[in-house]
This record gives sequence, structure tokens and C-alpha cells, in this order.
Amino acid sequence: MSTAKLQPLPAILIANDLLTGDTVFFAGNGWTRHPGEALMAEDQAASLRLGEAGQEAMRLNQVVDAYLVDVDLSAGGIPVPRHFRERFRLLGPTIRPDLGKQAEFPGLAAQAGRTR
Amino acid sequence: MYRYDEFDAAFVRDRVAQFSAQVQRRLAGALTEDEFKPLRLQNGVYLQLHAYMLRIAIPYGTLSARQLRQLALIGERFDRSYGHFTTRQNLQFNWIQLKDVPEILSLLADVEMHAIQTSGNCIRNVTADQFAGVAADEIEDPRPVAELIRQWSTAHPEFSFLPRKFKIAVTGAAEDRAAVAVHDIGLRIVRHPETGETGYAVLVGGGLGRTPMVGKWVREFLPKPHLLAYLEALMRVYNAEGRRDNKYKARVKILVHEIGIEAFRARVEAEFARLDPSRIQADAEEVARIARYFAAPAYADLPDNPPAFRRARAANPEFDRWAAQNGFPHKVPGYQAVTLSLKGIGEAPGDISSAGMRLVADLADRYSFGEIRVTHAQNLVLPDVRQDELFDLWQALAAGGLATANAGLITDIIACPGLDYCALATARSIPIAQALARRFASPERQQEIGPLAIKISGCINACGHHHVGHIGILGLEKRGEESYQITLGGDAGNASAIGEILGPGLGAEDVPDAIERLVAVYLAHRQPGELFVESVRRLGIEPFKTAFNAEIHHDAA
Repeated sequence: MSTAKLQPLPAILIANDLLTGDTVFFAGNGWTRHPGEALMAEDQAASLRLGEAGQEAMRLNQVVDAYLVDVDLSAGGIPVPRHFRERFRLLGPTIRPDLGKQAEFPGLAAQAGRTR
Repeated sequence: MYRYDEFDAAFVRDRVAQFSAQVQRRLAGALTEDEFKPLRLQNGVYLQLHAYMLRIAIPYGTLSARQLRQLALIGERFDRSYGHFTTRQNLQFNWIQLKDVPEILSLLADVEMHAIQTSGNCIRNVTADQFAGVAADEIEDPRPVAELIRQWSTAHPEFSFLPRKFKIAVTGAAEDRAAVAVHDIGLRIVRHPETGETGYAVLVGGGLGRTPMVGKWVREFLPKPHLLAYLEALMRVYNAEGRRDNKYKARVKILVHEIGIEAFRARVEAEFARLDPSRIQADAEEVARIARYFAAPAYADLPDNPPAFRRARAANPEFDRWAAQNGFPHKVPGYQAVTLSLKGIGEAPGDISSAGMRLVADLADRYSFGEIRVTHAQNLVLPDVRQDELFDLWQALAAGGLATANAGLITDIIACPGLDYCALATARSIPIAQALARRFASPERQQEIGPLAIKISGCINACGHHHVGHIGILGLEKRGEESYQITLGGDAGNASAIGEILGPGLGAEDVPDAIERLVAVYLAHRQPGELFVESVRRLGIEPFKTAFNAEIHHDAA
């Protein structure tokens, strides 16, 4: 049995786009700006593959700072990070609902279950 | 204000070209992120939660109307039409794209601006009293020496890779408005008690962050011509002996603390004795050239407190309140410096829209010789306004939402960007500031409470200066939630002090009530004319602690 720390599941791969700095999510066949399109790893093998995809994308200079984030699927079908830091990243500044993905994708905040 | 000479201009243009090439190489894949990161940081480019952030230097907080207009333009063209003024008197744009940075830096260079010394382990952008050159309580304008230090320190080959970042603040006034005691080096312009000559008192080893410390005197009087040599000696001791094995113990405050101020002073003095100040200090001619840029503008010969000003105040209570609260005594009769609060109730502290920047720039041109200052409390200042034009200025500001009469009051809250933007943050800061501002929104209530500095940081790095807030708030993570630790009795001024922790951390929703309880203790026990922080000093922390914790224990029970 490996002593490596198990990745809490399910998990998605999150990063910043190199060119724009925008928060992006790995969709399986590339990167997406919409969290609803993020590929979710449901088991350790899948999360390892996600992690490798992140390393590869950083090596190819597509994204910066890629890492796995554990999530819960919201009723609206959005993988919502369990940690508040990553939740803020998903939607945008909580003090400026007119900015970030929450503004860009109408309905996203509600789908993700944010009440404020 | 200072204007670039041909060398300054060429240096900044060269840097733009150099970094533009580095960005191109990064985008082409020739530089890895590990290779590129230190380069981008040396040019003020950070990667935050939602985008890149660009931190632009505003040396000693002095801006021209032209520069502010350019910042407005950059905000509109490359960001989201707003910017954020920081506790280091800089400006940050939060939504920058890496591919645009070269063009932005070029636009900055057009107006003699840049993003150098806003990051990295170098001597950072020098900060100063926002009322430099105009304050009635000033011994001497600190901007010429701040500019001299800027020129000396920029790209200084010996001090570009220090153990850690290094911050210098300067004040020339009796009252310290630049928080010099919580900087790596704090300089106070002082008069020699016997000769009357002006020189510098030098503090070292102050700082905030995870190990807050008040600076200690390393030299009580330094003759002006010795300044750069003395700084060189001090920096050399730090550079050689500051720790590089642990970034949390790498600031000069740790070195001073570990070896003691006497030993540190002895080493600096020994190094200084080896140097020839005349070979290090800039030529007298160059010092005079710099100083000339800060010559007083062409003030009119005016009566102080003229009838028109008095009449406007008497006729308009709101204007009167603003003039009293946000006005600051000017050394020239008939003039006043005024603070433009960026702390409107419910707004993000320090944020201003591009439209707001343009309005301020236009009003600066019209009423204040085209000059603007940035304060470390995240407000703006028009330094040179005629009292008989103050009412007109106030009306124009009010129309633009920039006439909030709360300078120095409980709603004039310092807050870092926190976890709404910052990748280092552990909790949000801005929503706490907004909730407190709403809670204490009543102008009458704010007046009744009087001067009270609340300062909020979203992590232990303390960009929001929480340690020196009369009330400090530190956002942390506790068991997967945001939690706020409250401190009391900090002071950033002459009576510099680090606040003490009152009790266990609170959830965000409990912070306004807790602050109410602290204010209530003050209102119940203050003596006539006694300010909040003075009451804390007289009463000690205990009565506040009791009130603070009473409710928490009750809740927990």
C-alpha cells in the first residue's frame, strides 16, 4: 500500500491560464473557464490522471499553479469546492458580484448554491 | 513634484523593454514559471486568485493629476475600471492579463511611472507622510530625502537580493503619520537639540507580519550628508547577517531582536566608520536639484479662515462636518489640505473607479496645483486647497461620491484585499470592513466616538496593519471557517504600540457586535476629551477584555 496521501474525492483540477491569469478548470480535453464543465475525478486513479494532466499543462506553459481541489456536486450540477478559498475562486470576489465568473455566467452562483 | 531627468526616463524605458522581452519569452515557452516568477515580481506582477495583479509604485505617495488620469485610462482599457490603493501608498490593478503588461508598463513610463520596487527582496518603494511639504507641524519636507533614497536604492547592485524585502518610511513632522516605527527603517527629520541643524533620527527593526515589532533607535541624530553612507552600512550589516535559512526570520527586525540593538548599532557604526560618506552621498548639486522639484507652489497671499469659508460652514452643516473632519492644517495661511475618503459606507476600502480617478485629477488641477497624495490609510489627499474654494471643491466631490466626512473615524477602516482577491489570504477582509462601516454609519455616532482606527488584515502578513490598529482584526482559518482575531491598543503614530489579543477568534457575523462592546466600554469610561486609544492606555486591556469575552462565553454556554 502506498504511503502517499490520498486525494479527497471527488476532485477537480484548477489552475490559472498563463496568458490571462483567469481561473480555469480541466475539462478532460482541454481547459474551460466554466466550472460546470470541469472533469470530476471520482476515484484515486482518476485523480492521479488529473494531477498528471496538470503537470503536463504546466510543462507546456498553458497554465500556472495547477492543483487538485476536492468538491461536492451542487444540486445545480456544479462541482463546488469544499474549502471556502476555492469557492471564492470559482465564482469571483464575494464583494463584487458584478465581476468574475459569477457575473460572466448568469445563474452560476445560484447553481453553485451561493446564497449571497 | 519630481520630474524624470534623461537618465531616469531611459532607465524606466529600458526596464519596460527588458520585461517586455521576458514576457514574450514566457509566452513563447522559453521561460518556465519558476524562471519567470522572480522576473515578474521584480516588475510588480503577482498571480492572485482570479487574475494577475499589477502593483504600481507611487513613490512617497505623491501623484500628479496627469499620472492619475493615466491610471484611470489603464483601469478602463486593461482592468475593470477601478484600482485599489494600498497601505504602502501604491496602486493595484486586480484583473490584469499577462499579455497586456508590456503595454501597460509603457503607458506608465509615458507619465514617469513604473512598477519597480513593488515586490521582491529589495528596498521597496519609500513611503512618507501624506501631508509632506504642507503640514503645519512639519520640521522639513521629507519628499526630497525620500526621492534621494529612491534613486540610491533603485537597482542598487548590492541590495537587490537581500534576505527579505526592506521597507523605509520617512516623516518630517512632529506627528508621525507614516508609521515609521513599524518599518525596517524609519527616518524622522529632527532638529539637533543644540545646533538646531536638521538631520535624521534613525529607527531600525520595526515591522508587522507574523512577528510584529516596534523599531528601536539606532542613531538619534544623523547629519544629513551622512545619510546614504549610514544606510549603506546598515543595509550591509543586514545583508551579511540577516537570516536566509528561514523566510519567516529573515527580516531585519529578527536580526536586531536576536543580537540586540546595542550589538546591531555597534556593527553598523563599525561599518559606517570604514566608509567615506562624501563618496557615497549624492553631490550637493544633485541633492539641491532634487529639492528644487519640491519647492512650494505659488501660493497666494491670503487671510486665514476667510469670511466666505466661515459663512459656507455656518450655512451648511454637512460641509462644516467634512471641513472639520477631513481638513488638515496647512502651513500657509488661507490654505488647507483635505482628505478625500475612499471609505464610503459599504465600499471596499481604498478602491476607486476610473471615473473617480478622473474627477480627482480634474479637481486637483483646478484646486490643488495638480497634485494628489495617497495615504497609507488608503485615502487620497489634495494638499493645497484654498479655504475660500473648499466649498466648491466639496460640492464637486459630493457629486462624485467622494465627500464622506470620516477621515480618522471608526468607518475610516484600513483593509487589505483579503481572500476576495489575494492568493496569500486566509480569510476575507473587505466584507468585515463593510459590515463595520454599515454598523457605525451614522455620522453623529461616528463624531461621538471620535478618532478610532480599525485595521483589518486577511492573513498574518498584516498588509492591513492590524497590529497597530486601535482595534485590529486578523482573518484566519479555523476548522474550515473564516475566523477573526481581535486585538486592542495598537498604535501606528508617535506612541507606536502593538495591539494585544482580546480573546478567541470570532465568526464574521459576530465581529460588529464585538466591536460595539469595545466601543461601549470606552464611551462608559472615557474622561472628557479622551480619545479611544488614550482610554485603552489609561484603563488597560482588562475592562475591554471582560466586555469582549462576556458575550462570547454566554454564546458558548
